[in-house]
Amino acid sequence: MSDTQFDVNKYIRAQFFPQMWCPGCGHGTVMGALLRAIHDLGLENDDVSVVSGIGCSSRISGYLDFNTAHTMHGRALPTATGIKLANPNLKVIVPFGDGDSTAIGGNHFIHACRRNIDITAIVMNNRIYGMTGGQYSPMSGRGVKASTAPYGVPDESFDLVELAKGAGASFVARTTVYHAKEAQNTIKKAIEHKGFSVVEILSMCPTQFGRKNKAGEAPQMMEWYKDNTVPMGSKKLADNPDLIQRGVFVDDNERLEYCTAYQELVIDKVMKKG
Amino acid sequence: MAKGKSVTHVINRDWCKGCGICVHFCPKQVLELDSDEKAVAARPEDCIGCKLCELRCPDLAIQILIEEGE
Repeated sequence: MSDTQFDVNKYIRAQFFPQMWCPGCGHGTVMGALLRAIHDLGLENDDVSVVSGIGCSSRISGYLDFNTAHTMHGRALPTATGIKLANPNLKVIVPFGDGDSTAIGGNHFIHACRRNIDITAIVMNNRIYGMTGGQYSPMSGRGVKASTAPYGVPDESFDLVELAKGAGASFVARTTVYHAKEAQNTIKKAIEHKGFSVVEILSMCPTQFGRKNKAGEAPQMMEWYKDNTVPMGSKKLADNPDLIQRGVFVDDNERLEYCTAYQELVIDKVMKKG
Repeated sequence: MAKGKSVTHVINRDWCKGCGICVHFCPKQVLELDSDEKAVAARPEDCIGCKLCELRCPDLAIQILIEEGE
């Protein structure tokens, strides 16, 4: 644990700042929460590997001064799996977007959950494809307006927490950018957890999502997360079941982690055989 | 002012994009956007050092330095 004052310059590649995200984009807040969590854990820059895919949110790997890789669309988790297996001592973190994780990389996502490999996946869910022009994603939800759904999205969205739970992730949590301190502490717990951790962070896209859905400017969109989310199991859910729950839904330390399993079930047997 | 503490607002004007999140959520209305749409501490003496602006700033442009006073 670290007692020193948090200095953002220790963790970033300052030559690339100001970052390219739009004014008020929630991804920057997630980046801040991630860096503070890493600082709280007292991790050195070389202890951490950040792997991302493609999309607005995935630009994060370029801004961070860790062992980083900016990979193909949806393929951050396979790359991260390779990195983790090659060097299990690294803390491997995969921050990616809702489209990258649940659409293009949806298959990789469920299988990473199933294997329970010790990777921390941070899904920055802004419910839209921002970079490519505001197309709807599997997380947009019914009725949301997008450039590819001018009359509103007809399909139901994923519940990422339920998806990760069902696929077998051993740590599953949800928080929002409004609750920045909670996000910081949740990411900290997720990194500490040995096994596949999924942290969904509801983030806002004022440019693509906000404008089309008349959700206001960035502060109003952040305000929405304050008004429409509740801590897990809150009594308010009885009156309004549509409220989104925040909290740590799964924290299971009993399940066998993949690197440990691979060591025991493959490497040790091969070495014994000679 | 936070009791017995001195608070300094370090705002990186090159990184601030003027989204107004810090201004909107400051519980003591310390911050404002100036004519260049950049955040400034207009009433630093009212700051209680809660750091909500620093935690939420998407541009990592605000740092709140708190010195424990005499």
